[in-house]
Amino acid sequence: MSFKIYEINEELLDVMPQEIRDLQFKATWGNPKRGVMDLPYSKELIEEHSLCAGCPESMALRYILASLPNPEDTIIVNSTGCTSLVFPHIALHTVHSLFGNQNAVASGIKRVLEWRFPDKVKDVVVLAGDGATVDIGLDCTLQSFFRQEKITTICFDNEVYANTGGQESGLTVKGHVFKMAPKGKQWDKVPFWQIAIDSGCHYVARLTVSSPKRVETVIKKAIYVAREVGPTYVHLYTPCILEIGLNSDDGLDEMRQRDKERFAFFEYMTPQAEEVINRKKEEGLL
Amino acid sequence: MPEQKVVDADWLLLEAPRERKFITGAQAMAEAVKRANVDIAIAYPITPQSEVMHLVGDIWAQGYLKDYYRAEEEYGAMSAIAGAVRGGARAFSATSGPGLLRGIEAIASWPGHRIPAVLGVLTRVVNAPLSIQPDNVEIAYLLHCGMVVLHAENQQDVFDFTLASFVISEKVDVYIPIAVCTEGFFVTHAKGYVNMTPEDMKLPPRDPYKAPVPPTDCEIPPARIQRDAPVQKSNFMSYLIHAVWQQEVWASNRRAMKYIYKYLGGPIEVVNPDAEVFIVASGCAAAQGREAVRYAQLEGLNVGLVKVKSIRPFPEREIREVLSKAKAVIVPEHNIVGWLAKEVKASIPDNDKVIGGPRVYGGMTLPVELIMEKVYEAFGIKKEKKVVV
Repeated sequence: MSFKIYEINEELLDVMPQEIRDLQFKATWGNPKRGVMDLPYSKELIEEHSLCAGCPESMALRYILASLPNPEDTIIVNSTGCTSLVFPHIALHTVHSLFGNQNAVASGIKRVLEWRFPDKVKDVVVLAGDGATVDIGLDCTLQSFFRQEKITTICFDNEVYANTGGQESGLTVKGHVFKMAPKGKQWDKVPFWQIAIDSGCHYVARLTVSSPKRVETVIKKAIYVAREVGPTYVHLYTPCILEIGLNSDDGLDEMRQRDKERFAFFEYMTPQAEEVINRKKEEGLL
Repeated sequence: MPEQKVVDADWLLLEAPRERKFITGAQAMAEAVKRANVDIAIAYPITPQSEVMHLVGDIWAQGYLKDYYRAEEEYGAMSAIAGAVRGGARAFSATSGPGLLRGIEAIASWPGHRIPAVLGVLTRVVNAPLSIQPDNVEIAYLLHCGMVVLHAENQQDVFDFTLASFVISEKVDVYIPIAVCTEGFFVTHAKGYVNMTPEDMKLPPRDPYKAPVPPTDCEIPPARIQRDAPVQKSNFMSYLIHAVWQQEVWASNRRAMKYIYKYLGGPIEVVNPDAEVFIVASGCAAAQGREAVRYAQLEGLNVGLVKVKSIRPFPEREIREVLSKAKAVIVPEHNIVGWLAKEVKASIPDNDKVIGGPRVYGGMTLPVELIMEKVYEAFGIKKEKKVVV
């Protein structure tokens, strides 16, 4: 592991800001059993955040960062959108390249790290919104699945282009009125979790982030399977409360409602993925 | 895995023994990649580039490279190149015309992301209407990306520029990508003599820690790093960082000039420096310009050539000096927009002496006679045109 890069020179310890010292002493490094239950007690890898108050995406980011089994050797590739606003606040090696090319960038990084560090586990995780994953980035997303790149792709589906001011996306539900769809969306929401299965992902899950523990389990499964078998895909509902007219404290209720319908928990795994997941359960890591 | 000895980069580029081979431009580019200790190459088909990446695929299959694959398309290919270089690899790709434009969002982001990759640009018309011929208008789109742009005249240049580009782009005070351009078909599919360094010697591997920015590999501080300017922080930070970053990219581009002097003998080559009339040309047009100088000599006309090897950084000072006493300047080009003529006009004070053209486009050949017409015009010579029916 590369925990050493978080270690502060002793001579400088007393002048370093508290939040940087906390990263060394209070964050959970080198412990694959870390998880959302550590949130109240440990230093989080996200330093505040720049999203709207009550944004479910901010919850998702906190749960995911708390659940990474190997944060000291995890690279996150993100894309343009609300998620990209958060990355400068995250204490990991992250990449923002362009809008839509995240899976291609991740492919390049993962392939190189595999041969540069044959004796280490380096996890590469893609984290992007619905526009980046399914509209502008569809080609790069799917082709990385076809090529069986060993990366985990997480889509934050808020069913809208939120950061650009609320335009319809491929994952908006039919009939919903957003900008650029002033008469309501004309076609169905793209069932991308199904497309991910058909495109060769070995583990696919669809869920909201209403249950932190469930998010943790899914993220860990997705990363362990990607490490050993091939591409994995996690589809998370993170509603944009601003664009659908809800208050700051309504996000959780909105997700709980959708838990019962179009975001009902769904999980798929190939036999190879199941073997990895069962083994990790036996090892007490899931 | 073929046995190749790692040798000093300066020695390999400047002093190593050379063997003469009669090969195509595509072969010359692949042979340079073979000697450059490249880790990964990412390919996508487009004529006339494909030949280069087929050959690079072959040398990967022979064990010279660690990784190679056919990408989704050029945007994905160039994005994955950026990923691979961030991860610490030495990377290569090549493309042509429409493929270059499809990839250009990613390519234009390389300098800002400090991605020292080498890109072969084997020119082809930019559609529409559809054609595959070697018009070089696409180079105009590369000029403002921040990357170093070299333009090769022939197969020898392709080999030398490509091999040197891996060294120059990874210099800590440069650290931006380099495009090695040449005309498709005219150079890529035609054979010429190339003096090549020994096949069993290669450049030292890339050291990703000898860099102005850290690789994205979780092995080096700072731990909290989005390596690129974090423009998401705030609008104020965004203006400031982006402005400073662009200044740095263009300063890096200018700093590449000293290495172009060191490894490529300078950004220009001058034939007959005391000429009255100069032809300024790059790429294939320089080869035709060279021939026009010979024609002119036979007719007793004092014509010289300035071959421009480096389009970015553009050798303004050097060109201004050479052209200071010229009576007229002729700029033949393989494109309709005349991007080189514009660069030359912007570099000299008395630019009304620049005769833009002749220009051929759509991928046509550039007959020396067309350049000679401009030479006669410059000398005020009236020639009767022979019309053969």
